[in-house]
Amino acid sequence: MSGGQETAPLLTAEEVTRVYVLGRDNEVHALRGVSFAVDHGEHVAIVGSSGSGKSTLLNLLGALDRPTSGHVRYHGRDVRDMDDTELAQLRNADIGFVFQSFQLLPRLTALDNVVLPLVYRPGSPRERRERARLALERVGLADRVTHRPGELSGGQQQRVAIARALVTEPALLLADEPTGNLDSRTGEEIMILLEELHRDRGTALVVITHEAEVAARAARRIELRDGLIVAEAA
Amino acid sequence: MSLRESLRVAMQALRANRLRSALTTLGVLIGVMSVVLLVAIGQGARSEITGAIEGLGSNLLFVLPGDGDFGGGPQRSSFQLDDVERLDRALPGGEGRAAGYVIGGEAVQAEGNRFNATVFGITENYLGVVDRTVARGQSLSASDIATGRRVAVLGATSAETLFPGQDPIGRTVSLGAIRYRVVGVLDRVGTTAFGPDVDRQVLIPVSAAQRLFGSTRIDAIFVRAESTVGIEADREAARAALAERLDEEEFSVVSQDEIIGVVGDILQILTWVLAAIAGISLLVGGVGVSNIMLVSVSERTREIGLRKAMGARTRDITRQFLFEAVALTGLGGVVGLGLGIAAAEVVAAVAPVPAEVTWWSIALALGVSVLVGLVFGVLPARRAGQLDPVAALRHE
Ligand SMILES: Nc1ncnc2c1ncn2[C@@H]1O[C@H](COP(=O)(O)OP(=O)(O)OP(=O)(O)O)[C@@H](O)[C@H]1O
Ligand SMILES: [Mg+2]
Repeated sequence: MSGGQETAPLLTAEEVTRVYVLGRDNEVHALRGVSFAVDHGEHVAIVGSSGSGKSTLLNLLGALDRPTSGHVRYHGRDVRDMDDTELAQLRNADIGFVFQSFQLLPRLTALDNVVLPLVYRPGSPRERRERARLALERVGLADRVTHRPGELSGGQQQRVAIARALVTEPALLLADEPTGNLDSRTGEEIMILLEELHRDRGTALVVITHEAEVAARAARRIELRDGLIVAEAA
Repeated sequence: MSLRESLRVAMQALRANRLRSALTTLGVLIGVMSVVLLVAIGQGARSEITGAIEGLGSNLLFVLPGDGDFGGGPQRSSFQLDDVERLDRALPGGEGRAAGYVIGGEAVQAEGNRFNATVFGITENYLGVVDRTVARGQSLSASDIATGRRVAVLGATSAETLFPGQDPIGRTVSLGAIRYRVVGVLDRVGTTAFGPDVDRQVLIPVSAAQRLFGSTRIDAIFVRAESTVGIEADREAARAALAERLDEEEFSVVSQDEIIGVVGDILQILTWVLAAIAGISLLVGGVGVSNIMLVSVSERTREIGLRKAMGARTRDITRQFLFEAVALTGLGGVVGLGLGIAAAEVVAAVAPVPAEVTWWSIALALGVSVLVGLVFGVLPARRAGQLDPVAALRHE
């Protein structure tokens, strides 16, 4: 992002709530008023026990969902005011997602999986493939370009997913339990990779985790309990 | 997302499920194939029959029983032999331009060979009026006809079948219990308006045929006008002559153009009906496409969620699935068109009726198959586009 915006936070959450209505008299208050900001190039960990609202929060930060009340703002603009095209644009240009379950398309090769976000922006197929190849190289998978997800180990699959998230050069990487499906050694490698990208490219990194070691690596930790922030530590 | 990219993704998805795609498109394929084939047959029959009527020469008038409303089906004739003579005498510029006939199917036998012929009992000028010529021997003479002599002239196919490799002249054929001496064989004609094969005719004197069929009537009368200009005068003369004895609704005098018009219209309607019947299978194919697309959307819910998270707009997803449906039906349309044309060629080669593939049936079949994809793809595609990304990503 350009210089003028460096001073304003990348994104802010203000009194964000999220209520899931399951039926009459059956509401789940997953978030009950959460406020914080993420600056450009920051590394934040969101921790909390299962069901505390971490994934709900991440979906809101990623503009995949809209808060029941409160505001999520990117560059000062409320996500609530964005139409379908603007939301798509925001997700495509500014945000890279890394999921616990990798979310790779099994039909596609590693390369085509990484190309995926690029097809929703202008560019030639050749250019896209070149960028995707570089991204795979960056995560150490130059020799797995034509492999399909089923032909890769869990750690390799998550690397492909990270390549897919970084190929668009987003301002923010959102990772929901990126190491949750991996053994501790592979998980550590993945965290090291994410931190390198964060450091080298100045990409803001928000990682959800309930592993203390993973959380400890972040510059800032936000702890959720029952939909509220109970602790924030630098 | 560019159109090209949407198309590429759609084709990729179809390729990933080759067998399912092929089976789904089969309905559309068969629909398009039958539209093309049936329309080709209808169209071929139409131009064959109108062409054959035209081949009779535009100077022919047809005096037919009934009020000329062909839609009512064949009507019982009130014509008698006298009517032919009276009509002939009434025509301006001399006699010999009108001829009548009775027609019937009958088994003909000769020296152990049996043959189902079309037996024509004809009046004197028949061959001249319908412009037929004798290849060998002679025609039925005026006295043959006047006396109802038991002589026959054979069509080319009749002669070959009854007397293979022999000269039929002077031999006898049996119609029922009665024997006729063959005096002539006609030149081969091929298909004409008088039926699929006039070469299967056996011509005998009209009075002999009336005895054979137990009839006192004449089925129809033909008039050969001297020119296209004279045709209206002939028509009036024929009408006046018959009106002396018959009621107006008992006969009609129609020209070749009128018959072509009516027959052509009937066959055109027939063609459309065939096309519509074939179109129903296209619709059924469309429902199949819709069904499979819904399955495909539900199977790929997570993919849709992922694409949305990566920056796909609702419109991009909808278009992707719509393209998939249209590619499916369009593919079926193209292959069905190819098979339909091939089938039409086969029909044209083996059947007596030629099949004629028309540009409009091609355009219709392709247009409709794409339309079927659009119409039946819209529902699944919209459903895909409107999926909530969070729920879609969590989908199992
Ligand atoms: N789509 C939904 N519909 C209804 N309730 C939901 C939905 N998604 C989440 N919840 C509820 O909201 C609460 C918070 O869920 P969330 O997934 O955010 O927790 P989490 O902190 O990510 O947990 P975990 O560590 O197990 O992933 C839970 O009680 C959950 O049952
Ligand atoms: Mg979670």
